[in-house]
Amino acid sequence: MNNLLDILISNRIQVFSVIGSISLIFIIFELIKYKKLKEQYSLLWLGCGFIFLFFSIFKPLLQIFANTLGIIYAPSALLLMLILSAFFILIQYSVVISKLSESNKNLIQEVGILKAELKKLQSHVMDGK
Amino acid sequence: MISDKIIIIIPAYNEEKNIHSVINSLKQENANFECLVINDGSADDTQKAAESSGLATVVQLPANLGIGGAVQTGFKYAFYHQFDYAIQFDGDGQHLASEIKHLLAPLRNKQCDVCIGSRFVQKTEGFQSTFMRRIGIKIFKVLNRLLIGQKITDSTSGFRAYNKETIAFLAANYPTDYPEPETIILLGKNDFIIKEVSVEMVERQGGESSISGLKSAYYMVKVVLAMLMTAQRHKIRRKMKDE
Repeated sequence: MNNLLDILISNRIQVFSVIGSISLIFIIFELIKYKKLKEQYSLLWLGCGFIFLFFSIFKPLLQIFANTLGIIYAPSALLLMLILSAFFILIQYSVVISKLSESNKNLIQEVGILKAELKKLQSHVMDGK
Repeated sequence: MISDKIIIIIPAYNEEKNIHSVINSLKQENANFECLVINDGSADDTQKAAESSGLATVVQLPANLGIGGAVQTGFKYAFYHQFDYAIQFDGDGQHLASEIKHLLAPLRNKQCDVCIGSRFVQKTEGFQSTFMRRIGIKIFKVLNRLLIGQKITDSTSGFRAYNKETIAFLAANYPTDYPEPETIILLGKNDFIIKEVSVEMVERQGGESSISGLKSAYYMVKVVLAMLMTAQRHKIRRKMKDE
């Protein structure tokens, strides 16, 4: 028992990143469940969460990955992944916003035209009476 | 002979002082013109001023879209109502109604799909725009030649005439802000033929130019990027079936 605690304490960063990854995945699933997040926008988050979890658990793989990139302190490699994922997610948001502003523009235009048509129609009806 | 249906698309943003006289001048030029004012979410009484003339249809946009979004609204309206020709005409009094016939002539003779009223085809008497603005326009001219191989001298002119097929195309595809130079590339890329005719313009009667100071640097970067990107895109136009 004491032994396990020792291992945990000496690998605090690993324990922390495992807990962090699991919380991230859990939060994303909860958000989807309560319809606060659409499935198509959650995939990147979930993908990142599982990658973090994977590398946090299998420390030797993280070591290999870090060595390949020439990173001396392996957990920094996790940080790099974190930054990259944040980047991808932000880019995805820019794309989504661009799409939204396009459909928003179309809506504004159609509403403007419809209102003008309605006004014309109303005045025709009034004239008829 | 049935006469052509012609619509004048007038984008207006805070033009309460000018809009009335602009509409009047258009109706005096040709009573058959349908004037469509697109009030782009103005803060002033542009809508009232335009409606009070009783000579124009006014489309009131519920939010400000920028000049491109406003003009495109006009194309959509023109497309829904099957107009034969559309004239884009500034709401600030810069353009002259008497010049419209010069823009329409090449369209009617099937010489081109789009006709731009230009200040630089030959030296005209009227307003020539500022020095900095003229440098920008020179850069656009070079880009036009490189990207679509058509010689267009006045890329920023918002005084333009379009035929039916171009209206349908632009109703679906039109840039949002600072649209004029980008649209030339878009149209050229999609095999529309653009022609310029010399027109006179007058200095603004009121209101403020939308582009000044630091904004002009942003304008150049944004527009040049948009022109280069538009040139990279695939052709989107599909030939309309002959009616």
